[in-house]
Amino acid sequence: MIPTAQSIDRFATTLPAEVKATVYEGTKVPTVWRRDILERDFADPDALRKLASRIKQHTLDHLDRYLEQAETALRRRGAEVHFAKDGDSAKAAVARVLSEHGARRVVKSKSMLTEELHLNAYLEARGVEVVETDLGEFIIQIDRDVPSHIVKPIVHKNRRQIAASFEREGLGDYNEDPETITRRARAHLRRKYLEADAGMTGANFISAESGRVVLVTNEGNARFSVSAPGLHIVMVGIEKLVPTDRDLGVFLNLLARSGTGQQLTVYTQFIGGPRPQPAPAGQGVDGAEKMVVIFVDNGRSDILGTEYRDVLRCIRCGACQNVCPVYRQASGHAYRTTYQGPIGAVLSPLLLQPEFANYADLPKASSLCGACNEVCPVDIPLPDLLLRLRDRGFRQGAARAKAGTPSMAPWAFLATRPRAWRAAMSASSLGNALPLELLPFPPLQRWTQSRTLPEFRGGDFRSWMKNRSPKQGGTHE
Amino acid sequence: MLIHDRPTGARIQFMATCLCDAFFPQVARAAVEVLEHAGCEVHFPEDQTCCGQPAFNSGDWESSRAVVRHCCHVFQGEDPVVSPSGSCADMLLHGAPLEFEKQADEAAVQQLGHRTWELADYLVHARGMTRWPGRFPHRVVFHQSCHSRGTRSGEAARQLLESIDGLELVALEDREQCCGFGGAFSVSFPNISTGMGQLKLEHVMQTQADVLVSADMGCLMHLGGLIQKEQRGPRTLHLAEVLAAALTSSAA
Repeated sequence: MIPTAQSIDRFATTLPAEVKATVYEGTKVPTVWRRDILERDFADPDALRKLASRIKQHTLDHLDRYLEQAETALRRRGAEVHFAKDGDSAKAAVARVLSEHGARRVVKSKSMLTEELHLNAYLEARGVEVVETDLGEFIIQIDRDVPSHIVKPIVHKNRRQIAASFEREGLGDYNEDPETITRRARAHLRRKYLEADAGMTGANFISAESGRVVLVTNEGNARFSVSAPGLHIVMVGIEKLVPTDRDLGVFLNLLARSGTGQQLTVYTQFIGGPRPQPAPAGQGVDGAEKMVVIFVDNGRSDILGTEYRDVLRCIRCGACQNVCPVYRQASGHAYRTTYQGPIGAVLSPLLLQPEFANYADLPKASSLCGACNEVCPVDIPLPDLLLRLRDRGFRQGAARAKAGTPSMAPWAFLATRPRAWRAAMSASSLGNALPLELLPFPPLQRWTQSRTLPEFRGGDFRSWMKNRSPKQGGTHE
Repeated sequence: MLIHDRPTGARIQFMATCLCDAFFPQVARAAVEVLEHAGCEVHFPEDQTCCGQPAFNSGDWESSRAVVRHCCHVFQGEDPVVSPSGSCADMLLHGAPLEFEKQADEAAVQQLGHRTWELADYLVHARGMTRWPGRFPHRVVFHQSCHSRGTRSGEAARQLLESIDGLELVALEDREQCCGFGGAFSVSFPNISTGMGQLKLEHVMQTQADVLVSADMGCLMHLGGLIQKEQRGPRTLHLAEVLAAALTSSAA
């Protein structure tokens, strides 16, 4: 390990080779599939994501109006609607709804928002049994772990580790065959659905026009979570709205392709409210008896009017995490927050604003290669936002932001004084005589431990330029 | 970022870059020779220093803005500014305008960015050079720097390389993946930076190329330094050096 002042860099060195390989494979494969399927299916995939970006930005620019519209539409459909300013009031709202219905057992489908709010721990402390039904989240739960990826929470685990966890939890003998593992989880969870008093989901989108709640999953677990128990609670970030049902076509075409390289996920649900009572004549009835939608702000509206607002367009596809070379080296847990990788390095410090200084290192964990922006289905300029947050971290003097970055002041002093610059360049060759690797200048050592430093040849080009006879009348000015 | 209606004239201001100024004079020299071969009248404003990117990426925007202002002062007029670095060109056309939002001299910064070109992009799209003369009988792998992502620089460089007699351009796996340099990132996150570099080097070595070419000395300083330290991998050359070497062979 090269000595380092940055915890994400240090974390990367502690990652077992096995985990690193799992993360690399698990992120590289969907990156390739994403590109292939978008190129196969659309003449101009870039135009599609630019369109999605405009629709989402428009929604955010008029969020007050669309939230009102969504609330009206949802109420019309018979759902109860709540708004929660922060995580505490959101969690309290869930607890209240559960207790009103005497619900003690909850099944959940995957939701990053509930991870962000640490909802499970909150409910368990109040005597509620919470069961994650997405296979990845289920494994996270039995391992008392936290997700390391937005879409693939267990991208850091391999089948051998999972087989061991299942054996430990009494879910069968050690068996690392993925199908066997899935069947065992399925049998276990089937009972949990039937016993549950309430089902909780997030929402990938809500159409403001119709109040339709859209859920995409690959396992069908959201359907069971919604239909088996009588009560369905939807917890959704205020930024998840789209104006109309028609807009959903754009986003559903992009979401699965971007995240997992699928045309569509296996299940796409459009939930039009609770079960109508009494059932309209001649129509089938389905859905929960009662549906409660909780819109959660938790720091989002503080981002709306700022230069970081673009980040709220995110539809949580995970493409930026998959493509990010830093994420591939460090894995998600290095970021210490619910949202990781490029999107997390922007979103987490903003959502956790009062503690910004504690997360000011996240925006530094990037080579600014720009791959994240290139794959983003809503064209979030992630590198620009990382840079803006670096500026902020520097201005605030955040120690975590500054750690390991050499001071630029001496360089800027020279670079604005051309004579001094030229003199320094000419003198630089003296550096070649110095044992640079032994100098007490940490940034230099952090370079030379793994890379040689090129020879200083400052001023050589300038003298060549000065002493030649230029062709085509060029000059040395 | 694609920029339209940039000035395409043959009288240009050459921006050598601070890395070439300090470490790689042969690259700046080759770039000047290449530009002159393309019929350019090359002017070298002597007061030039750096594009301001190191401080920009480090978050020290005040220091960076001071350097960019100096840049605007040095590169005046309407002529194209050409640099043998996609990274420095990107700093002027994209980075600097970002940090100059709402600053009084924002327009001057945008004006400079608008006429700044990366070398290969300029040769192909401003000078219309679609073929390059001479011979360079080597198996070459090209690494496109991330700062020229979304521009036409990479495609321009490949086009020029492929047209050279005897040059075999081979495909690079995961060619879009960053090499891990990232400026100050290379020393503030040295382990991740090195890990990324080693991955790139493995992909480069799979190609069995004898020359690794890039159009940015940042990437090549990092990858070349790694190659030298680990004593494995091909030699590294800047695109300008390959173009200049091909010219020499055709003169002989």
